[in-house]
Amino acid sequence: MRRKLILAVLILLAFVLQGTVFQTLSIASIVPNLLLILTVSFGFMRGKKEGMFVGFFCGLLIDIFYGSMIGFYALIYMYIGFCNGFLYKIFFDEDVKVPMVLVAGSDIAYGVLVYGLQFMLRGRLDFFSYLQHIILPEMVYTVLLTAVLYRPLYRLNRWLTENEWEGPKLP
Amino acid sequence: MKKKNQYKMKTKHLITMMTILCLGLIVLSLSTSFSFAPVRNVLGYVIVPFQNGINEVGNWMTDQKNGFQSMKKLSAENEKLQKQVDELQAKNTTLSQDQEELDRLRTLYNLDTDYSEFEKVAAQVIGKDTGNWYSTFLINRGSSDGIAVDMNVIADGGLVGIVTETGAHWATVRSIIDDSSNVSATVTSISQNCMVTGDLQMMDDGKIRFIQLTDKEDQVQEGDKIVTSSVSNKFLKGILIGYISEVSTDANKLTKSGTIIPAVDFNDIQEVLVIKELKQQKTEDVTSEESQTPDDSTTPTPDPTQDAQEDEKQ
Repeated sequence: MRRKLILAVLILLAFVLQGTVFQTLSIASIVPNLLLILTVSFGFMRGKKEGMFVGFFCGLLIDIFYGSMIGFYALIYMYIGFCNGFLYKIFFDEDVKVPMVLVAGSDIAYGVLVYGLQFMLRGRLDFFSYLQHIILPEMVYTVLLTAVLYRPLYRLNRWLTENEWEGPKLP
Repeated sequence: MKKKNQYKMKTKHLITMMTILCLGLIVLSLSTSFSFAPVRNVLGYVIVPFQNGINEVGNWMTDQKNGFQSMKKLSAENEKLQKQVDELQAKNTTLSQDQEELDRLRTLYNLDTDYSEFEKVAAQVIGKDTGNWYSTFLINRGSSDGIAVDMNVIADGGLVGIVTETGAHWATVRSIIDDSSNVSATVTSISQNCMVTGDLQMMDDGKIRFIQLTDKEDQVQEGDKIVTSSVSNKFLKGILIGYISEVSTDANKLTKSGTIIPAVDFNDIQEVLVIKELKQQKTEDVTSEESQTPDDSTTPTPDPTQDAQEDEKQ
């Protein structure tokens, strides 16, 4: 229960921060994707199921406030969380390199999906320009931020797990 | 209870179920009859106070920073401004005389009212779209302040965008530089209509695109003013959009297109004014007509912006 509550707070916090503080920290009008970091980290640290739910709710928040099609971002983020959950098995320590690679891959997949489904189909065919100006800069910025944020998230996760183990032992 | 414990859902089944749920939601939100407004409202109560708070802190910090500006600079500025005040006062007297004349002539000619006469609500921008693909933002006034969907939003005397969603104390605004925004506009110098469309590729340069301008006599020049046109059914007439910075003839040799430098600095919008006047009272058939407009929704896509299409040029 506590885990769920903390996750909910974390998602809301990431969403609010991304809409306010990080907009002012944007470089060349590119904002890092905080919610993606959250989704990827929890998918990687906790497995498919949790990644899926974290992704779903992150996406749903974006849909509800900024999207005009509810469910679109929820679907994308959900699959990102789910796919990262496949790598749960190799997850073992605080090492930040693997999540950075995962975030890079996920962010590119996210960018390509959004472009493909919402821009290409509207006749904006200049893929490389979008890749160069939106997808890659966002990826770089997000990966850099992952390097900073992954460890706190890892510690939080460890703390939550340790406390959970204590929970059921109580009679 | 027992059943629930015995049956543990497999992840495989769970993801299939969730996918179906998402697809269902997409279909639901594309159908016009279903509204997610209640959900939006409830979430708004949770999120908006936080955003307001953070925003307040940000503003306070900016104020503090500004407060430390050196006295010298301020006094120099004061002197300069004093001069400007004198100048402007002189100008103002002549202008107010002109205004009186204008009013008289307006009533004489029965001209339409200017948008500057409509009632407006000031609002603060409290959050921006989380992604990098679109350009929408949240403001801290909503339906309880009389804001409704499709109201026009201005700042610095220029058009910013249009309200797309409202909650009790918040509203989302789609700016005209958004990739899915289309506004029908008029070039004032030659009174010809064109479409102003946002383009993500130009957003970095702070420009927007205009297309489908008829100009047989080659009269359009750089620096010409573009305002919203009277044929638009969502945007009020005569709001300044920006000035033409480039013009080129299209491949069909009939129409022209080019770029506009918008009157509003979209990188730094903090306060906006919402005009509390709808171009037309909302009817159900307006939206259904609009979703079929050709402009750039010609492809049968899950385009989230279909109901956002502005009217086509006549």
